[in-house]
Amino acid sequence: MSYLLETKDITKRFGGLTAVDHVSLGLKRGEALALLGDNGAGKSTLIKIISGVHKPDEGEIFIDGKKARIESPIDALAAGIETIYQDLALAENLDVGANIFLGRERMKRSLGVLKVLDDKSMREEAQKVLDRLDIEIPSLKKTIRTLSGGQRQSVAISRSIYWDAKVLIMDEPTAALGVSEQKKVLDLVRTLKDQGIGIILISHQMYDIFEVADRLAVMRRGVKVGERIVKDTTPDEVVSLMVGSETVGKER
Amino acid sequence: MLEKNASGRATSVGAVKAAASFFRSRWVLIFLVLEIVFFCFRSEGFANLSSMQMLLYYGVLVFLLATAELFVIITGGIDLSLGYILGFASIISIKVITRLGAMGLDPGLSILIGVAVTLVLGLIPGLVNGALVAYLKVPSFIATFAMLGVCHGVSELIINGVYAMGLPKLAADIGSGHLLYIAPGGGTTFFQRPVVNRGAVVIEIIPNIVVVTAVIVIIFAFVLARTKFGRHVYALGGNMDAAIRAGIPVKRRLLGVYAIASLLASVAGVVYALMYVSGKADAGASLVMDSIAAVVIGGASMFGGSGTMGRTMVGALIIAVLDMGLRMAGIPTFDKYILVGVILILAVIMERYVKERE
Repeated sequence: MSYLLETKDITKRFGGLTAVDHVSLGLKRGEALALLGDNGAGKSTLIKIISGVHKPDEGEIFIDGKKARIESPIDALAAGIETIYQDLALAENLDVGANIFLGRERMKRSLGVLKVLDDKSMREEAQKVLDRLDIEIPSLKKTIRTLSGGQRQSVAISRSIYWDAKVLIMDEPTAALGVSEQKKVLDLVRTLKDQGIGIILISHQMYDIFEVADRLAVMRRGVKVGERIVKDTTPDEVVSLMVGSETVGKER
Repeated sequence: MLEKNASGRATSVGAVKAAASFFRSRWVLIFLVLEIVFFCFRSEGFANLSSMQMLLYYGVLVFLLATAELFVIITGGIDLSLGYILGFASIISIKVITRLGAMGLDPGLSILIGVAVTLVLGLIPGLVNGALVAYLKVPSFIATFAMLGVCHGVSELIINGVYAMGLPKLAADIGSGHLLYIAPGGGTTFFQRPVVNRGAVVIEIIPNIVVVTAVIVIIFAFVLARTKFGRHVYALGGNMDAAIRAGIPVKRRLLGVYAIASLLASVAGVVYALMYVSGKADAGASLVMDSIAAVVIGGASMFGGSGTMGRTMVGALIIAVLDMGLRMAGIPTFDKYILVGVILILAVIMERYVKERE
C-alpha cells in the first residue's frame, strides 16, 4: 500500500548546522504518526519543510505515491497538507461560518443583481462539517472570541477538513487546553483518523501519543533515531530514544 | 411560602439584570435620545421639523467623514488626513467649475465635470496613504499625518492662502435646495422652489445634500455588512495573520480602504463647496476629531475588527445634535469641542465597563 504522504531523505542545512539529516517518513491514510524529539531535534524544521515554509536542500516528498513539488505554503495547501498552528489563525471578531469560509466566502445574488455574502449557507455548511466531526459549538452566530480554546481548535480543524485536507499537521494541539478539552481534542483526532485523514502529531504529552497515535518517530539532532508501533513500545523506551541513552529503560 | 418568596426575588433580580444588560448594550442610543429630549427643553425652537432638518443638513460632513473613518478604524488604522482632503476637494471642485464656466460652458455641465474631476483627484491622497500603509508598512498614524500636511500645503498654494469662490448660482441652489417643496394650497414641487406670494409659507422637505449623504451612507453600510470586501475588512482588522493565511489579498484590501476613505472625504469636500459656496484649506480641520469621535462613540475599537455603520451614525448624530442644540441655545462652538472631548472619553470608559460586564 502506498503512503498518503512520504518523505525520502529530507535534508536541511542552516549554515554549518544540519537541522534535518536524511529523514524518511511515511504516513498512511487514517493513521496518526507522532513526531517526538527534544527541543532542537529538528521536528519543527521537518514540519516546516512538509508544509512548504522551508525548502529542503535534499530529498523528495511524495503524495499518494506521486512526487510533489512543495515550494511554498500555498503549494502545500493545494496538495491537501494543512497545519494547525498554536495561534490557530482564526479571526476572533468573526463567527464560525465566516471563519471556515474566510477568503473563500460564499455569495448569493440579491435582487437579481447584487452579489452578497450568503451567511446562512456558510453557517449551514459549517454545521455540516462540525456534525461530521462530532464537534459541538453552542451557537454558530457567536464570534470566535466567545469560544473556549478547544472549541477554537475544533473550528480551525473543521476549516481544514472542509477544504479537503488529506494530511493534518498538529503542533502541540493540547498544550493550552484544560483537561476535559484535551480529551475532546483527542476524540477529534480519532474521528479524523476514522475518516481517512492522515495526522502528524507533534506533542510532548506522552499520554496523548499513547492515546491516539498509531506509530511514532523519534528525532535526535536532525536524525531519525527510531520508529515504533505505539502498541509495541513503552513510554520509557520512547524517552530513552529521545535522550539517546538506550540503557534508561533497562536500568529500571 | 418561603420558596415562593425566594423564586419571586430571583425573577425580579433576573429582570433587573436583563434590563441592565439591555440598557448597557444600548447606552449610546439612549444617550442620543436623552440628548435630543434635553435640547428640546433647553433650546428654543429645537423641537420642530425645520430644526431637525437643519440638524441633518449641518451634520452631513460628519456623517460622510465618519463613514470614511469607520472603514479605516475597522482595519485597525486611523486616517488623520480626511479633514484636509475635504478642504483640498472643496477648493479643486470650485477651481475646476469656475474655470469651465469662464470658458463658456453651461453651469450644469461645469458642475458635473467639476465634481467628477474632484472625485478622481480626491482618490490620489487615499491611494498614497494606502500604498504607504499596505506596501511600505508605514504606520497609518504617520502616513496620514504626513498626508494631512501635504494636502493642507497644496490647498493653500492653489488659493494663495485665501478662499476659493465664484461658483455659479446653480451650485448654491443645489447646495441649499430641498427634495420637496410644499406650498399650502399651491401644490408640491420637486427640487424647484415654487413661486409664491410674498410672505406665503413654503414647507421644505429634506435638503438635497441630506438625500445624497443618506444614499452614500446606505451604500457603504451595505458594502461593509454584506459584501466580500466588507468581510475582509473586518477579518484583517481582527487578525491580520489569519487574513493572510486565508489567502485574502490584504494589501489590496488596505489600499481599497484608504482609497474609499479619501473618496468619501472628497465627496464631503464637494458637498462643503455646494453648502458654503466657497472652499478653504482647513474647511474640515475640526471634522477629523468629530468623525473619529463618532466612530469611537459608536463602539468601534481603535485596535480594529469592530464597529458598525448603524452605531457609527448614532455616534455622529450625538455630535450633530450637540452642535445644533448648542448653536440654538446661543452657546459658542468652543463649548462643543470640549463636550465632544468629554463624551469621547466617557464613551471609551463605558465601552470598557460594558465589555467587562459581558
